[in-house]
Amino acid sequence: MSNNKAFMDADGVESLADEMAGKIQVLLNERQINDPLMIGIRTGGVWLAKLLHRKLGLKEPLGTLDISFYRDDFTRIGMNPEVHPSDLPIPVDDRHIVLIDDVLQTGRTIRAALNEIFDYGRPASIILATLVNRSGRELPIQPDIVGLHPELEQDQHITLIGPDPLGLVIGSETNRRSRTDEQGTDG
Amino acid sequence: MSLSNKALQLDEAGRLLHFLTVDGLGREMLTEILDAAEGFTGVSERTIKKVPLCRGKVVANLFFETSTRTRTTFELAAKRLSADVLNLNISASSTSKGETLLDTLRNLEAMHVDMFIARHASSGAAHFIAQHADRGVGVINAGDGRHAHPTQAMLDMFTIRRHKGDFVGLRVAIVGDILHSRVARSQILALNSLGVSEVRVVAPRTLLPSDARSLGVHVYHDMEEGIRDVDVIIMLRLQKERMQGALLPSEHEYFRLFGLTEQRLALADSQAIVMHPGPINRGVEMESQVADGSKSVILQQVSYGIAIRMAVISMVIGAQNLRMQEMAR
Repeated sequence: MSNNKAFMDADGVESLADEMAGKIQVLLNERQINDPLMIGIRTGGVWLAKLLHRKLGLKEPLGTLDISFYRDDFTRIGMNPEVHPSDLPIPVDDRHIVLIDDVLQTGRTIRAALNEIFDYGRPASIILATLVNRSGRELPIQPDIVGLHPELEQDQHITLIGPDPLGLVIGSETNRRSRTDEQGTDG
Repeated sequence: MSLSNKALQLDEAGRLLHFLTVDGLGREMLTEILDAAEGFTGVSERTIKKVPLCRGKVVANLFFETSTRTRTTFELAAKRLSADVLNLNISASSTSKGETLLDTLRNLEAMHVDMFIARHASSGAAHFIAQHADRGVGVINAGDGRHAHPTQAMLDMFTIRRHKGDFVGLRVAIVGDILHSRVARSQILALNSLGVSEVRVVAPRTLLPSDARSLGVHVYHDMEEGIRDVDVIIMLRLQKERMQGALLPSEHEYFRLFGLTEQRLALADSQAIVMHPGPINRGVEMESQVADGSKSVILQQVSYGIAIRMAVISMVIGAQNLRMQEMAR
């Protein structure tokens, strides 16, 4: 990761999260949703979700999702050695969900997360909020709330680092390859 | 045997290609299995008790020896990973028609099975199957003769870790027929590898191997001495068929000397847990008050067995997939 260049520091991420929280609140009001269940996708999505959960003052506890068992590349990359159990503290049935991830690129992580959520039950609706929305989509998945649309080259990747302090870094293709062995950078 | 097992079980990158024995795997791999199982425990509590990890894979349960608990938990584990499961009760089919083990394997491989889960009365059977299995086919030992029963040992380690948090500093007593027990052998290896302070075996002389001490255990012939102050008591099943070999006078006598009663249990640490791989002979290894009592974690062992087997199946299938891709490059 040493080739990574800092792109945004913790204050920048914090103010992006402020903006996102505002937009989420507007959307929740529009749709007349009162007590949504917020779910963060491991690992970066959980860091961001903790921030947003606090800023929005949500009543329901934060849920976390580890999509390792739902990845479509298990047969190519094998078992992720650091799987954490997903934790959805309340039933998702008939519940409005706000799903949080750090970077949306291919859409495959969100596909896996949606599948996993539906194995817990049938939610009333799902809103998708991501800190970064970048090019490279491979599936028809679009976010409802976005913090940032960076202009990136095809071979560049952007990653949320954390948990303390949070920051965004940009790296090149060579170290992206080493990152794909870890969790959640397939966007 | 341990060296060749190691070479067979792990690839150059240290990935688990087969799971035949705890021997030679080391603390890191055992901890990786326990950690992976931790991730799977929640799956059994969900509305849909399934994850798609091994969808499209075919797992064959090859049981040359009867089993209910082990076979059904392996079956459930594979099904919760979305694999398809074939259950073959071989003692009742091919071998009685004269088909050799290798022919049985070749036939199943022709059906594109991805994994064999094997139980056999002969020590080394799973090892033999792993040596002869096609490339890309993983083998899990579900118990071979007196040799090993590694997934049972790992689910026991998982149960201990869940209750005690860590292995360091623990005193563990294994009570009963050590001589004939593949479970005990695997448990002792795993406990020592994970770094408990003291492993004790408690048994009559006739049910202990002559080289028991070389396994890295403290030997006790007196039950009360053996379980004093321990944190974990693992009772082994007394295989009734051993009675005929004059190794034991009677079940009643065994219970009098080695049975776990509430009175004896009071000698162990006040937070001690009681384990048993099942099936229990009530009134032989332990009295019902202990089996059903607050210190018994026997039924949790069964639940954890599913998570451990999901972990091992998915790790082996993942490792075999990766190896096949690397070879195709």
